[in-house]
Amino acid sequence: MAVATERSLSMVNAVGEAMRQAMEADPTVIVMGEDVVGGAGRGGSKENAMGGSFGATKSLYPLFGGTRVRDTPISEAGFVGAGVGAAAAGLRPVVDAMWADFTGLAFDQIYNQAGKMSYMFGGQVRLPLTIRVAMGSGLSAAAQHSGTLYAIYTHLPGIKVVVPSTPYDAKGLLLEAIFDDSPVLFFEHLKLYVAKGPVPQDPYRIPLGVAEVRRAGSDVTIVAIAAMVGRALEAAELLAGEGISVEVIDPRTLSPLDEETILGSVERTGGLVVVDESPPHCSVASEIAAVVGEKAFDSLNGPVRRVTAPHTPVPFSPSLEEAYAPSVQAIVDAVRTIC
Amino acid sequence: MDVSADTLRSLHRTMLTIRLFEQRVAREFRTGEIPGFVHMYIGEEAVAAGICANLRDDDYVTSTHRGHGHCIAKGCELDAMMAEIYGREDGLCKGRGGSMHIADFSRGMLGANAIVGGGIALATGAGLAATVRGTDQVAVAFFGDGAANQGVLHESLNLAAIWRLPVIYVCENNGFAESTPAAYATSVADVASRAAGYGIPGTIADGRDVLEVLAAARDAVARARAGEGPTLLEVKTYRFMGHFEGDPEKYRDDEERKELTANDALGSLEARILADGHASEADLDALRGEIEAAVDHAVEFARASAFPDPSTIERYVYPEQVAQ
Ligand SMILES: Cc1ncc(C[n+]2csc(CCOP(=O)(O)OP(=O)(O)O)c2C)c(N)n1
Repeated sequence: MAVATERSLSMVNAVGEAMRQAMEADPTVIVMGEDVVGGAGRGGSKENAMGGSFGATKSLYPLFGGTRVRDTPISEAGFVGAGVGAAAAGLRPVVDAMWADFTGLAFDQIYNQAGKMSYMFGGQVRLPLTIRVAMGSGLSAAAQHSGTLYAIYTHLPGIKVVVPSTPYDAKGLLLEAIFDDSPVLFFEHLKLYVAKGPVPQDPYRIPLGVAEVRRAGSDVTIVAIAAMVGRALEAAELLAGEGISVEVIDPRTLSPLDEETILGSVERTGGLVVVDESPPHCSVASEIAAVVGEKAFDSLNGPVRRVTAPHTPVPFSPSLEEAYAPSVQAIVDAVRTIC
Repeated sequence: MDVSADTLRSLHRTMLTIRLFEQRVAREFRTGEIPGFVHMYIGEEAVAAGICANLRDDDYVTSTHRGHGHCIAKGCELDAMMAEIYGREDGLCKGRGGSMHIADFSRGMLGANAIVGGGIALATGAGLAATVRGTDQVAVAFFGDGAANQGVLHESLNLAAIWRLPVIYVCENNGFAESTPAAYATSVADVASRAAGYGIPGTIADGRDVLEVLAAARDAVARARAGEGPTLLEVKTYRFMGHFEGDPEKYRDDEERKELTANDALGSLEARILADGHASEADLDALRGEIEAAVDHAVEFARASAFPDPSTIERYVYPEQVAQ
């Protein structure tokens, strides 16, 4: 009989382990952000009081010290920009910007600086920078602590975008992101932070741009992003009861996007539903719909469906927020319109 | 400083209202009835009370994630505030904003803000509006010691200085930004000293003494109203509670917390009012009872208010246009 050797970790801890292993492997990897240590300068048990807003960096300061693990002032433009500059000057910084919404303060550093340097400077510079952010609705965190924003960064040439949906992927993708020579925005969904899943102890990497088929099916393809993968799988289960066979694809990275896997699936199923917890205009859902509309039009038996959040900021009140992210029911309904 | 008995009693009422309102919010938050998270202002009441006592209804304030005290000091109704914190339709923002986005534009309260430093430039703009209209309104930007390291403060100070805007930048230095000590994150001991770099006055008041805050703010507001430009006013204060409700506060110990509460501005104001004979113990008890009843009422009001109708989720994304 096989012995169960699989270890379970939460996504927070998987991400923490990836950072630790990257720092062990390469002395140029540094970590910085607000409260990534906590109680900075206080000494004793008051130091390392936080280890990040959710504890992801907790193990780092005791192991690597203050030269490589740095609390920053609340100065997003400054420390994200310093991450860009440090990357250009030979480090591999991992910058914790806390919530995706806060990257707004550092947008110039990401968009005009990190995203354009390699191109403008004719390929002279490598920019091995990773910016980690938490995102997502569902916690009554209100309009300025809930946005997804991955569509904004997917729009930008020169920036890569990662959206893991499992602890296993989070570890493998973060290790890959840290050792990638491009700037990577790494989005961690708050609703996925605590659930545990199997995560091997040894370091491993998952290449960027390779989607994962979470469930095989033959009647319709659902592409779902981050926390929406779970909802798509629930919808697929319900639909299976009605005799509709759903394939669920998790793109895992949005930039680069694994078009091949998505197109191959749609060519077999003839239908596409994209589930995206973001407002619909110029969204990743729109992009995937456009790719399929352009490249697999002849395979489609009906219109592509996008199931997204409404064109609104994230509301505070639970009664409204419940109506924000796509529900399992909304996904089921969308599938039914084309199957 | 010469202050009338009425002023003392009014400051006291404001501070006690903030204290009792917040204690109740903290208590109800622990029951799980309040969604999201809340940041308590307890210990810092003298700042909002002392500053806002110098303001008129038509003056502006911008606030922070720790905004309940600013709202109360600017005259917001407790019922509608509480309903907002509960996420209800009768809340100040109709349940769309919550504790971190509480606002009441009818009182010049331009919003709590969950982006650290987010309100600073907005107050600068409110001051600009007053200048362009030629009124003598002023604007106050409340922000923390953590926010003092955001670039936007520095850009705003310069802008307000060159345009002589009627803005008072109030840094509530409570020593910590989440778990990070100001002593670590800030290059100078006094945020106020940064004013020199922009050629404007930088003053410091002790937040344990509401009268000191009142006096410092009076000068700054007078300057602003007279068209003499902005002031950076730093108030040294203390956050008695965690950063947010539920904060394990590993970055400080019980002894420190005890020391903090020993210097309670509310307690010393009460002592002074009693010593000066402006009120008796019985008067203070009666006031406390009155405010507690108002807070009870606010909670009942909030609980009785409906949750917003989900079909209205797309309302207010854009302002409802008024024909021009
Ligand atoms: C732009 C931005 N960065 C980070 C945060 C997370 N955050 C919320 S409150 C806070 C500390 C703020 O400290 P300070 O300005 O001193 O205000 P205090 O909480 O002490 O009142 C931080 C880092 C945020 N909300 N917005």
